[in-house]
Amino acid sequence: MSLLEVQDLSVSFKTPDGVVKAVQNVNFSLEEGKTLAIVGESGSGKSQTSFSIMGLLAENGTATGSVKFEGNEILNASDAVMNTYRSAQISMIFQDPMTSLNPYLRVSDQMAEVLVHHNGMTKSDAIKDAIKMLDAVKIPDPKRRVNMFPHEFSGGMRQRVMIAMSLLCHPRLVIADEPTTALDVTVQAQIMNLLSDLQNDFGMGIILITHDLGVVAGSCEDTLVLYGGRVMETGPTNQVFETPSHPYTQGLLRALPRLGAKTPELATIPGNPPNMMHPPKGCAFSPRCGFANAQCAEQPPVLDLFEPTRSRACHVPKEALS
Amino acid sequence: MIQSETLLRVEDVKVYFPYRNRGFLNRREATYVKAVDGISFDIKRGETLGIVGESGCGKSTLARAVIQMVPVHAGKVLWMGQDLVDLKSSEMRDKRKDLQMIFQDPLASLDPRMTLGQIIGEPLKTHFPKMPKAEIKEKVAKVMERVGLLPNMVSRYPHEFSGGQCQRIGIARALVLEPKLIICDEPVSALDVSIQAQVINLLMDLQKEMDLSLMFIAHDLSVVQHISTRVMVLYLGSVVEVADSDELYDNPLHPYTKALIAAVPHVDKKAPSDQASLMIDGDLPSPLSPPSGCAFRTRCPKAQDICAQQRPVLSEHSSGHESACHFVAR
Repeated sequence: MSLLEVQDLSVSFKTPDGVVKAVQNVNFSLEEGKTLAIVGESGSGKSQTSFSIMGLLAENGTATGSVKFEGNEILNASDAVMNTYRSAQISMIFQDPMTSLNPYLRVSDQMAEVLVHHNGMTKSDAIKDAIKMLDAVKIPDPKRRVNMFPHEFSGGMRQRVMIAMSLLCHPRLVIADEPTTALDVTVQAQIMNLLSDLQNDFGMGIILITHDLGVVAGSCEDTLVLYGGRVMETGPTNQVFETPSHPYTQGLLRALPRLGAKTPELATIPGNPPNMMHPPKGCAFSPRCGFANAQCAEQPPVLDLFEPTRSRACHVPKEALS
Repeated sequence: MIQSETLLRVEDVKVYFPYRNRGFLNRREATYVKAVDGISFDIKRGETLGIVGESGCGKSTLARAVIQMVPVHAGKVLWMGQDLVDLKSSEMRDKRKDLQMIFQDPLASLDPRMTLGQIIGEPLKTHFPKMPKAEIKEKVAKVMERVGLLPNMVSRYPHEFSGGQCQRIGIARALVLEPKLIICDEPVSALDVSIQAQVINLLMDLQKEMDLSLMFIAHDLSVVQHISTRVMVLYLGSVVEVADSDELYDNPLHPYTKALIAAVPHVDKKAPSDQASLMIDGDLPSPLSPPSGCAFRTRCPKAQDICAQQRPVLSEHSSGHESACHFVAR
């Protein structure tokens, strides 16, 4: 049984201007101790996918489909049920550590709260555990640091606090939503190394949500590429990057400036991401795709399992993409 | 293209921000945050100078110092031979015709209550108050077409556009005065990969066409390396290394540059495994209490006693390649 099994997940939002279909028919599964990357640009639905798993959708949002955590259905579960999963089984690391920590509370109070609430520990025991966890995420001098306020930490250190907090109850699954986007490259490298070390120690599954292909390449076994709320391509990361089977993935990889490469001009994907209020009728990528034909504009392609571990959603045969 | 004319020469510029100690006895004594501490460089016509460094290294302050948006504590900013530091604000406004700026957050840098046409036309109105409306309209239309904005967008508002389009508006606003130098402060950091490539290509095309000089600030080394002729690496307000862009990547001298290069995640699998040893720990030290000697020594794998005692000076290693470290360039 997979740790997490997502089937036919769709998320839509009712807005005054109509229904926005943010995520459509997303399928994936994650095994224990593995890392899955969900890659996509802004508006691709990657964050809404994770919010629906955690039951954190905005009030005007509805999710349909199925999300099974260790075989139990958790999609649209009541708050009472979700609260037994959140943090204890599934936890989340958010993008901006400054806005996701409470500026009025000392780190000790915020961290202890999690343990007192979920494990029924006394506060002093909880703080002891919090100090251990701060030590595990390599915060120097954790005994002193635990009594500080979030603003007294640097960005990288704050993100370490967030990570420590998410691991307090030893969850089986951690969803990291752009955990390094707000950080400098040198600090990003530290945090990504830390996450993979912690995964070795604690054995949790990780869903890494990011727009940065470079981060994915270094740290994730599997990759799922989202565009316009739909899955474009999935597969083992190295295969997806070496032989991308979808025009969008190809375009993304070519558009990336490479250190040391002496290309005079970057390849671009023309146009802009779709407005999800009025998504294209057919394939979401068809208006920007160099291979698009009449069928692409009319009918969204279905995800096709073309190798045991890889699938793609594209009308154009793989061989035709050079 | 003639590359010899030096447009901008910055000599030993220092930007210090006063910050008051709240002690009882030393209330009068001002201490300073040394945001930019003695930086010199040249930008020639048609050249792109890339500036990289972590947040807090002073790269944005340096840009603002060049365009006189922050007071310069000491040093010279010579624009075609004339020092901008002593200029009156009215004289400086005149110079800004040639010196324009593009900002990081494309939406926040556009006035939400102005239409696209008004935004792009505003610099013309400011600098050429007597210009007839028809001429402004014509110039705006021309520059919009050049940056890839459609004519029917002219009466729409910034919130109706995506991030990439907003950045094009920002570029159009900078271009409409036909400047000689554009200072780009993290122009693509907030954009998605597919859009980032479009904007970088646009900037490079415009540069070729109009013989523009660019001062391109970013924290992403691969973007900077792609667009720049020369690259300057900053750490805590000082230059640690400067070289031609390919040379800097092929032959980095300073341990900090090496660490920056090692930290860039690679999409290709060929990322060398020995890079882990070059990684650096910790964060940028607080500029309020910088380390003695070499500012990088607290994170440097090679640091020795001398690094704590003596601040290394920027010295030339090979032609055009300078580095500030006690253990190179000897």
